[in-house]
Amino acid sequence: MATQQSRSAARLMMAPAVVLLLGWMLIPLTMTLWFSFRRYLPLRGGDLGWTGFDNYVRFFTSSAFWPSVQTTLILVGGVLVITVVLGILLALLLDQPMWGQGAVRVLVIAPFFVMPTVSALVWKNMFMDPVNGLFSHLWRAVGAEPVAFLSDVPLGSLIVIISWQWLPFATLILLTAVQSLDNEQMEAAEMDGASVLSRFRHLVLPHLSRAITIVILIQTIFLLSIFAEIFVTTGGAFDTRTLTYLIYQRVLESQNVGLGSAGGVYAIILANIVAIFLMRIVGKNLDR
Amino acid sequence: MARAVTPKQKAINTGLAWTIGLLIFFPILWTILTSFKTEAEAIASPPVFLNFSWTLENYAIVQERSDYLRFLWNSVIIAGGSTILGVIIAVPAAWSMAFVPSRRTKDILLWMLSTKMLPAVGVLYPIYLIFIQLGLLDSRIGLVVILMLINLPIIVWMLYTYFREIPGEILEAARMDGAGLREEILYVLTPMAVPGIASTVLLSFILAWNEAFWTLNLTAANAAPLTAFIASYSSPEGLFYAKLSAASTMAIAPILILGWFSQKQLVRGLTFGAVK
Repeated sequence: MATQQSRSAARLMMAPAVVLLLGWMLIPLTMTLWFSFRRYLPLRGGDLGWTGFDNYVRFFTSSAFWPSVQTTLILVGGVLVITVVLGILLALLLDQPMWGQGAVRVLVIAPFFVMPTVSALVWKNMFMDPVNGLFSHLWRAVGAEPVAFLSDVPLGSLIVIISWQWLPFATLILLTAVQSLDNEQMEAAEMDGASVLSRFRHLVLPHLSRAITIVILIQTIFLLSIFAEIFVTTGGAFDTRTLTYLIYQRVLESQNVGLGSAGGVYAIILANIVAIFLMRIVGKNLDR
Repeated sequence: MARAVTPKQKAINTGLAWTIGLLIFFPILWTILTSFKTEAEAIASPPVFLNFSWTLENYAIVQERSDYLRFLWNSVIIAGGSTILGVIIAVPAAWSMAFVPSRRTKDILLWMLSTKMLPAVGVLYPIYLIFIQLGLLDSRIGLVVILMLINLPIIVWMLYTYFREIPGEILEAARMDGAGLREEILYVLTPMAVPGIASTVLLSFILAWNEAFWTLNLTAANAAPLTAFIASYSSPEGLFYAKLSAASTMAIAPILILGWFSQKQLVRGLTFGAVK
């Protein structure tokens, strides 16, 4: 149905979006790549020339690198496990017949709409504070010594805060998938005497596998660049420095742009490995 | 897969779901309640739940001390501006991809999505440098552009999935009746696309409102939106829980309300149409 004329009109209509995104991608990326090969210290002499792969080697071998990778993996992994497992359970529960289903769903989804700086600060001060936090009141009420969560178990505390923010996302997507489960098949399996657990393993889980994969991939991409939550709680102290935060510190705090840019290139490569898998799934869906 | 169950089972489901729902919602509820307490009541031990002397003074103090309305206005301008700009650019693009698809449409869509995967910190310094050069640092217009670019892939994708559901036959019929490209878009497509565009606007606005990497790193006193305003509470002075709560409540209330309207579209928008 498309004529030559409508084809060129279509190309014209696409142009602004394509050109803008192309610029948004290429210009900063080229600059980062360029800086990563230079010794560039804006506050201490500026651009001091070409250094080859020096920044890459130095970023990779610095004492902060591996701990930051480890922190990143624990943070992302921890949040993924918590949100996916609880998300599946919550989605299955919310799918059951009950009174006030819509209202409960509203309560469960709410944390997703809270801005990151608010949720991090509310948790940090009003719940996890060792003196006045609600948890410390609870701990004292049962006779235990209050815990200084963000300095004693900083990474665990961050995982809790971030999981609280992302659980609604996982639940919502898994719930959408659960609702498309085949009722008759489930009932047939029930009649045949399949236990709840075996129905879950052989019917529910396979049905949810696609949604689970999507939740994992999308969350991973967002979680790899978690910033504000760390910025307002620990500021990267107490082993909560993720790769993203380390790069941020190199670039803006210690103003070593060359080194930070090399780190940025690592982060971009890491994100792209995850992205490739996500794109495959999304791309397959386009063909349908 | 909702099925018929016994009333007893339904009561158990209800009790369990409400308990968990209220637990998850509790931090927000607690923040809202604390915002109406005095600072002394906010740290009272044991904590007071409802039996305190309700007051609005924290809201007045937050506005008076830090000119809360200015940050709110910045948030509105930045989130609203980036959304409007994004939709204006995305509607024609999504329209052409949905109705005049070519061999490369799929590749373009996936490539657009891939720009969303770029970790912000990887391009922090270049953007910082460009902003300094162009005098955009700590300006609202700079953030409008950045947040528009960040959300553009999601806006295009969401609009594309909505537009694709509009049956092509309607367009053909309109063309048979002699409608040109302009009439086609204005009188046939737009009315059918309004619900899709509305939910896209909503999601984009929410995402921009809550964005907290660029808004924290590219603003100072002038253009700082609510995300940055709240972050200033991370180094507290004295008693501040009630004031933090009042500021937080004001920052999240508009989005909580908008968010509840958009929960269905959220799935589609955030999974790029992969889960519907």
